[in-house]
Amino acid sequence: MLEIRWHSRAGQGAVTGAKGLADVVSTTGKHVQAFAFYGSAKRGAAMTAYNRVDDKIIMNHEKFMSPDYVLVIDPALVYIADFTAHEKENTVYIITTHLSTEELIASQPKLEGKKVFTVDCIKISQETIGKAIPNTPMLGALMKVSGMYEMDFFKENMIRVLKKLPQKIIDANMIAIQRAYDEVK
Amino acid sequence: MADTMELRDIEVWDGNMAASQALRQVQVDVVAAYPITPSTPIVENYANFEANGYVDGEFVMVESEHAAMSGCIGASAAGGRVATATSSQGFALMVETLYSASGMRLPIILNVVNRAIGAPLNVNGDHSDMYLGRDSGWIQFDAYCPQDAYDLNFIAFKVAEDHDVRLPAMVHQDGFMTSHTAQGVHTMTDEEGFNFVGEFKPMNDMLDLDHPVTHGVQTEEDWHFEHKARQHHALMTVALPKIQETFDAFEKYTGRKYNLVEAYKVEDADTVVVCMGTSVETAMEVVDELRAKGQKVGVVGIRVFRPWPLEQLAEVLKNVKAIGALDRSSPHGTVGMLYNEIAGTMFNTGTKAVLTNYIYGLGGRDLTKVHLVGIFNDLKANMDAGKPTTPLQQYIGLRGPKLSFF
Repeated sequence: MLEIRWHSRAGQGAVTGAKGLADVVSTTGKHVQAFAFYGSAKRGAAMTAYNRVDDKIIMNHEKFMSPDYVLVIDPALVYIADFTAHEKENTVYIITTHLSTEELIASQPKLEGKKVFTVDCIKISQETIGKAIPNTPMLGALMKVSGMYEMDFFKENMIRVLKKLPQKIIDANMIAIQRAYDEVK
Repeated sequence: MADTMELRDIEVWDGNMAASQALRQVQVDVVAAYPITPSTPIVENYANFEANGYVDGEFVMVESEHAAMSGCIGASAAGGRVATATSSQGFALMVETLYSASGMRLPIILNVVNRAIGAPLNVNGDHSDMYLGRDSGWIQFDAYCPQDAYDLNFIAFKVAEDHDVRLPAMVHQDGFMTSHTAQGVHTMTDEEGFNFVGEFKPMNDMLDLDHPVTHGVQTEEDWHFEHKARQHHALMTVALPKIQETFDAFEKYTGRKYNLVEAYKVEDADTVVVCMGTSVETAMEVVDELRAKGQKVGVVGIRVFRPWPLEQLAEVLKNVKAIGALDRSSPHGTVGMLYNEIAGTMFNTGTKAVLTNYIYGLGGRDLTKVHLVGIFNDLKANMDAGKPTTPLQQYIGLRGPKLSFF
């Protein structure tokens, strides 16, 4: 069982990201689950979304999770959200920030000694999609760090997932995914 | 003629999308709806399908849930295939009209995305609204995951619209835990989905002007009792066998098997939890883990909540030595509904099983696997002692001092 927790602000697309990832993974024959914690959340409120992936059908519906990956798609959440909750020894963190990995760890000592990767998904999405929707670039970074799928396969499937959007938005998302893949450190 | 939608064999859908796709595939004629979280996407998706030509139907926007069900009653009495969706406070506002729908024997399908009822206001999942509906004369199916939410809609239409049944049916799913959780759903093609249910065949419809009928009449002491008795008789003697028959037909059609009572590894089990919704599946995973350690545990899920499958449940539980009844609704002043129903089911069977009650998950509070292991430990102790070793009613997952009664 592979488990992923997203930390996001409502409106940044974590739910769409988690569901998109589940959709892509499902095409490979694996079983998936994508869900989120909602309150009566306002845009901008801190929230979490989740993925589970397994070779057998997923019966577990508890919200409790010890994640293998923690994806933080808003740069401020590492200072205000409990993003290390129920971590495992080898939990991997991929964090959106304009800081370098070293600068980030210096500013948030909770990350010391952990597997931390950084990428500026906010900047990437602003420069490619035209607004701060950091969900799809984070998936590009996850593909790089996890080695889950080849980039061509992943992008091909993401095009299908995003098919309802205008072509130029889809194209921009593909560039964003590739940039995050290339830039994550 | 509605357009066909091409679906993949497995779509990653949440419970809401699964339910709305089923409404589309059976080609519901009228949806009158007033959206409420977390059921909103069901009617929103239907409206989208309708607007884009995938359903030959009518979407009626109304001013409240009371009006939504009233609109459904009118459309159903007129002779159409009718469905809607609601949750929580919306369900509560609908209650008066629920009794009208069942009393008038109208086969409306209501998707209830289970949610807590305030105050305090809470949008998350528990079973308060489902429990509120249990005397309303509707058939109540319970889905544990998005696949169930999809399948049970087809089954609900098939059962409800049968001319021997003619009763409305609810398809319940857990708010957020099913409704907003995307999982793989095995789909039917539009043609397969529609053909399982078939064309709607109206009965005593008001638009059949050659055969005028009256709906919603007044009966006082002279006939009211006979009407209600017939309604109850239909639920008790016609609905259950028809549901079983439809489950069997659905299994032949799709390979997916449903049962009135879902028993998982109960046959040789000493201790069993009985629950509903997503908790059933989580408990199944816990049962597997505990069985790997040699514990003889099982789980029973109630698939059909009304009519209550009394005989089937008694059969399933006959050899069990300790039972935990898990209620996701505050009974406010007594033991939980499942405790009461199970006690009533088992009382005359000669069982020596120890029965205890757990209240859990109110307002979306997580039921973890660790909680379930704790419950099975309690049940084991009860079995060994041959009597309750805990209070009869306990709270699970509540912060602060441990709360228990009786």
